[in-house]
Amino acid sequence: MTRFLRRFGLRGIAFTYLGVILLGPLALVFYRTFENGVGDAWDALSTPETVNAFKLTLIITAIAVPLNTIFGIACALAIVRRRFPGKGLVNAFVDLPLALSPVVVGLALFLLYGRDGWFGWLGDHGIQILFSLPAMVIATIFVSLPFVAREVVPTLREIGDEQEQAARTLGASSWQTFWRITLPAIRWAVIYGVILTTARCLGEYGAVAVVSGRLQGETETATLRVEERYESFDLAGAYAISIVLALVAVLVLVAMTVIRPKEEAVQ
Amino acid sequence: MSTLETAARPVRMQSERASTALSLGLVTTYLSLIVALPIAALVFESTNGGWEGFWDVVTSPEAIAALKLTLWTSIAVALINAVLGTVTAWVLVRDSFRGKALVNAIIDLPFALPTIVAGLTLLALYGPQSPVGINVAFTTTSIVLAMLFVTLPFVVRTVQPVLLELDEEMEQAAKSLGATNWQTFRRVVFPNVLPGILSGVALAFAKAVGEFGSLVIITGNLPYQTQVSSVFIFSRIESGDRAGAAAVAVVLLVISFVLLLSIGAIRHYATRHDRD
Repeated sequence: MTRFLRRFGLRGIAFTYLGVILLGPLALVFYRTFENGVGDAWDALSTPETVNAFKLTLIITAIAVPLNTIFGIACALAIVRRRFPGKGLVNAFVDLPLALSPVVVGLALFLLYGRDGWFGWLGDHGIQILFSLPAMVIATIFVSLPFVAREVVPTLREIGDEQEQAARTLGASSWQTFWRITLPAIRWAVIYGVILTTARCLGEYGAVAVVSGRLQGETETATLRVEERYESFDLAGAYAISIVLALVAVLVLVAMTVIRPKEEAVQ
Repeated sequence: MSTLETAARPVRMQSERASTALSLGLVTTYLSLIVALPIAALVFESTNGGWEGFWDVVTSPEAIAALKLTLWTSIAVALINAVLGTVTAWVLVRDSFRGKALVNAIIDLPFALPTIVAGLTLLALYGPQSPVGINVAFTTTSIVLAMLFVTLPFVVRTVQPVLLELDEEMEQAAKSLGATNWQTFRRVVFPNVLPGILSGVALAFAKAVGEFGSLVIITGNLPYQTQVSSVFIFSRIESGDRAGAAAVAVVLLVISFVLLLSIGAIRHYATRHDRD
């Protein structure tokens, strides 16, 4: 009996915790969105502003993810395979976005590219950064920066550099070695990191909220649109956009579940 | 060593050096432009009014109230995570039930879900229109709830791999020597998972301190009552008080750095332990 209690007690605690914090609220929003049928949700989603917001989110993600992927791989290679002064500092700065408030990130960019900021002179030359796409892209890159590097570093450590050295001894250039040996070995870690990066880019709110200026139909991303709809007392609209974002999150989870075992098999 | 190889070596080393310089240059330039420069601009702005100006802003009643609220709610969230996150990790590793893979996948949902959506969903169930009659909107409870939502994966995901690797024979040995379940947990399991719990808790705490998106909607942003530091910074930016925003942001920045350093130290300690 105590055995039964202990076993199902712990399971009960864990399930209740997940239910209260996570699944309950999500299930309710799902229900509320489709309470009056799919038509309402569709109408809310097909307004020009909302369509624009999703487009903008996709554009930002399409720029930020490839850049962070290239950086993440280069950074992981530098951290694991090279010795250089200031390595500790590089490590610390790569991790910083994981622990830093997105609002602080947004503020830092706001100050740097603002009119009185160090890069404020760009505005005098007609290069608009703040309150337009460039600042939103930079903010998104900042918050999603660590994920590829953090996934690739342990895999690189695990596979060692014997194969790479063998390739070099056989006359391969460093570029050839990277494409033929290193990249295939770390590919699942890279893909996993790309998925995490994409999820973070699509969902970013705080940093983008500070630097976007929130011009409707112009600098409003999907997450900003959710808040705008809520503030305008259009709950149905806010829920509909949320559900789309939540469905994307579920897709991300599926991808994570499929790819994690492959990544771990390498390690 | 063949003559061919000795001849080829200087050329290869040259290209090696070039590629090292190129990749290091790329990495440091990118990091400086995206991360270091903005952070420097932030720190610079906060010290614009001198140390006294900085101190005055940080110790203003509203900023202090926000910081206190942020810290104690984050501590509460970190502690709840330490217990319930460990329990959840334990259930996921040692228990077997149908749909375990699904539950395991769901743990990462708060990571994949935009924070603003998290806030909205919590408000739906625990707000004024709650179908279960619980309304905690615009209270500190709502802050804790939102923070719990976004920090849920951290402890689970740091404890889970440790539990998976833990040798069950150690526990069986302890039990065969007459230890009770609780003794086995406290003396055998707990010391092993402690570094995992600690680094997970530190990550969760860092995330909670900086959390913004999920709090915007559900806490109502009431100064002195439900205004945490990140929301304080945001409202200062909106009202044009850059110095005020920057000063409090630097405090959060310092907290983040300290937490990252301690996570690094915990990791270092844990891996050193492995090698012994």
